[in-house]
Amino acid sequence: MSMLRIKNLTKRFGGVMAVNDVSFDVDTGSIMGLIGPNGAGKTTVFNLITGIYRPDQGEIFFDEKSIVNLLTHSIISLGIARTFQTIRLFQNLSVLENVLAGCHSRMKSGSLRAMLRTPFQRGEEATAIAKAVQALAFVGLRRNAEQLAKNLSYGNQRLLEIARALATEPRLLILDEPAGGMNEQETTNLITLIRKIRDQGTTILLIEHDMSLVMRVCENIVVLDYGAKISEGTAETVKNDPLVIEAYLGTDEE
Amino acid sequence: MRDHRKIIYTVVTVLMAMSPLFLNKYWLDVLNNVGLYAILGLSLNIIVGHAGLFNLGHAAFYAVGAYTAAILNTRFNIPVLWLLPLCALSAALFAAIVMRPIIHLRGDYLCIVTIGLGEIVRIALINDVFGITGGANGIFGIDRPSILGISIRRPHEFFYLIWGFVAVSVFFFHRLENSRFGRALNYLREDEVAAEGSGINVAHYKLACFVIGAAWAGMVGDVFASKMTIISPESFSFWESVLLFTLILLGGSASIPGVILGAFLIVGLPEVFRGIANARMLIFGGAMIAMMIFRTEGILPPRPRRYALSDDSSEESRA
Repeated sequence: MSMLRIKNLTKRFGGVMAVNDVSFDVDTGSIMGLIGPNGAGKTTVFNLITGIYRPDQGEIFFDEKSIVNLLTHSIISLGIARTFQTIRLFQNLSVLENVLAGCHSRMKSGSLRAMLRTPFQRGEEATAIAKAVQALAFVGLRRNAEQLAKNLSYGNQRLLEIARALATEPRLLILDEPAGGMNEQETTNLITLIRKIRDQGTTILLIEHDMSLVMRVCENIVVLDYGAKISEGTAETVKNDPLVIEAYLGTDEE
Repeated sequence: MRDHRKIIYTVVTVLMAMSPLFLNKYWLDVLNNVGLYAILGLSLNIIVGHAGLFNLGHAAFYAVGAYTAAILNTRFNIPVLWLLPLCALSAALFAAIVMRPIIHLRGDYLCIVTIGLGEIVRIALINDVFGITGGANGIFGIDRPSILGISIRRPHEFFYLIWGFVAVSVFFFHRLENSRFGRALNYLREDEVAAEGSGINVAHYKLACFVIGAAWAGMVGDVFASKMTIISPESFSFWESVLLFTLILLGGSASIPGVILGAFLIVGLPEVFRGIANARMLIFGGAMIAMMIFRTEGILPPRPRRYALSDDSSEESRA
């Protein structure tokens, strides 16, 4: 069964075809990779899924429900979470508070309940904090809970983004270059983490430049080039596809 | 450090509570003004300090509250303190309606539009809009507030009313800051895209902080109207909005003690230095420049929120 279905997705920026008639499915419980050379339109696809851009044409179904016209925060509360390619943390807030941002969409208390500090509100806060601590422990940042986000190392900031995304209780987690800026050891740990997340029942879609990571962790891979899908399949299939080789390495004539 | 602050706050609170015993009428009235600005500052702090939205038209909401109180009191003789919820409601409604179409504007653009908003309200009041605002002369003959049949008219009576209101405001705003709502405002201040991407309805929270800030300013307007018994458009000039904005920046953005200190410095200090009245603005300007260079976060910046992290605890946050 497919959790996310993308059909004939198209997005233009002026004359540039950023995404051109792309279709693919993400199966429930799988780890799917989206790869392609720089400027192939990978991040644009992510931004279309999460409602940051509106597609010019095409449909996006999450659990068979179209999410094309929803605002980002509604898409998140449906159960899709994402991280950003360039780290976007709340730099001047604590690590714990960053994760609490993820808990937000699963909480209800508004301003009035906060001012009156009702038993419901207090209970909800306590639950959220416990959940956030749990998410931090899951990615291995429990000890850093009270630090400011900006004081974390680069690799840990990436992990914090993942923890924040996990706190939204997603069924589909979209990771935009999670290994960017990580060293070999951190990347290996990341692979373990990604598998752990999947084993908890979260479907994963990821963009990555680090081919070794993609080949090691993804069960299914979609390759984009100049906004169009040029190949799809398992790591083996994709690796041997002449179109993919051409896109990455160029043809003989050049 | 923490205990130091606690002792200082306690001493200041006790001193404040006893000040009618040793201050004369004039200085009590100065303190009353400081109190009014402190509450206004706290209400603007939700918008400017927590959500990071530049609002240089806060006087507009203050004016809506004050005029609601003045009109309803003088025409229908409704006691002014009963009007508090109505003033809050009218200012909040006004904010919701006028801010809704412009709330998506960023930074400077929003700031410019709020300046315009403040001026539109002031000029509308001068032009006697709907024939009920009394034009440039304003409205006079507003009743004094009365609690349980005791009329409040002398400075020390107003002192307890106003500073009681400050205490209530601090109590509620402190809770608001340390909640899901307060955090949401901080997230959108830090990074709007990431906030929306974490599931926070950014547009809703931007509007909500204006509505709450306006409601509070509207209530201050009510108290102000009944304290002065006469209000006119010039009480709600652009300058008022600027004072509120600067007292937040000076005292400490997003910090309750900072805002109250800011109110003392911006409203109270000029009275202390009446003797050198001509140089006041010079000193004020110089101090602001020095602040912007040496202590950009304000005199008393906010402290990080505290969370009880032990897994068995159910307490959310302290102090």
